[in-house]
Amino acid sequence: MTRRTRLVVFLVGAGCVTAMFVLAVLGMPEFGGSHHVYRDLAVHAAVKHRTANVVSSVNFDQRAVDTFGEETILITSVVAAAVLLRPAKGETERRIPQTGRNLAGTRLLGYVLVPITAIVGLDLVIHGHVTPGGGFQGGIVLATGLHLLYVTGSYPALDRLRPIAAFDVTDALGAATFGAVGLAGLGFAGSFLTNVMPWGTFGQLFSGGTVPVLNVAVGLEVFGGIVVLLAKFLEQDITVASSGKEGES
Amino acid sequence: MSIYAYLVAGYLVLIGSYGIVRSRHMVHAVVSLSVAQGGTYVLLLAVGYQRGATAPVFGSTTKPSTDVVDPVVQAMTLTDIVVSATVTALLLALAVQVNKRHGTVDPDELAALKG
Repeated sequence: MTRRTRLVVFLVGAGCVTAMFVLAVLGMPEFGGSHHVYRDLAVHAAVKHRTANVVSSVNFDQRAVDTFGEETILITSVVAAAVLLRPAKGETERRIPQTGRNLAGTRLLGYVLVPITAIVGLDLVIHGHVTPGGGFQGGIVLATGLHLLYVTGSYPALDRLRPIAAFDVTDALGAATFGAVGLAGLGFAGSFLTNVMPWGTFGQLFSGGTVPVLNVAVGLEVFGGIVVLLAKFLEQDITVASSGKEGES
Repeated sequence: MSIYAYLVAGYLVLIGSYGIVRSRHMVHAVVSLSVAQGGTYVLLLAVGYQRGATAPVFGSTTKPSTDVVDPVVQAMTLTDIVVSATVTALLLALAVQVNKRHGTVDPDELAALKG
């Protein structure tokens, strides 16, 4: 298919989609209105289960099985990307090159921000059920914080602080914990991922039943997964040398 | 303009798809896909929005009787973002592999099958 034909096919399709989309939008409830059926149900259920952050309650209590599927997608894609990015035939891992030059201010900022980001990330994970945040967000912040070391220009420091094998285990452990909490629900309460813990006090750290546990599990998994993923991409760029003609650049 | 947010969502999906169709570089195609996925976030959040309502997180200042925006679509948007991030990572890994095997990242030059 030439580029021209493809464009024509796309424009015809896009025209149809636009027409149907506009028709659909015109028939929708008014934007910003006060009629939200699912909102009322979800808020009611969250308050009953003493979870202050309703989004966390939806993700880890009311639709916890969906989240289990979602984190399985995450771990599968991390494994798949790691498989795709392994050193291919004719490639060897070379020694890490000397670090590039960086402004002293950039380096200082990086080193100062690493612990701060780590604390913010932990806070997001642990208080994910009472304040905005959660395992997914906190895990991303933790993984990003670690990679500030790369921004400071010291790949060797990042490499020392980030044993890939340990993060592989973190990733798997997070996913396994989620599954184990689900099985505990199956064993003690009769169905998968049903809450098995005391509900606690609304708005306190110990509240929401299994929601904080699942938050920590997902936080671990996302942290481990993203670190492994970024490590594989960085390796491609920095330490893998191909024996072909473009390897020496 | 009560349908403005919905139209932005539709526009993002279409312009992202247009980017994929016109793409001459795989990384460009992946980024275009991310733009199209951005449209779905806007659509979901627009569906759950309520004027004057606050975030669906309760505390000492926000009593459970306060009006909040729809937390269900927000949770779905979170799922959406996670899945889109993993898809992006996987596609970029594929692009790296394709570049290694075929020496090109232009989708149009990948017409022939090669073992």
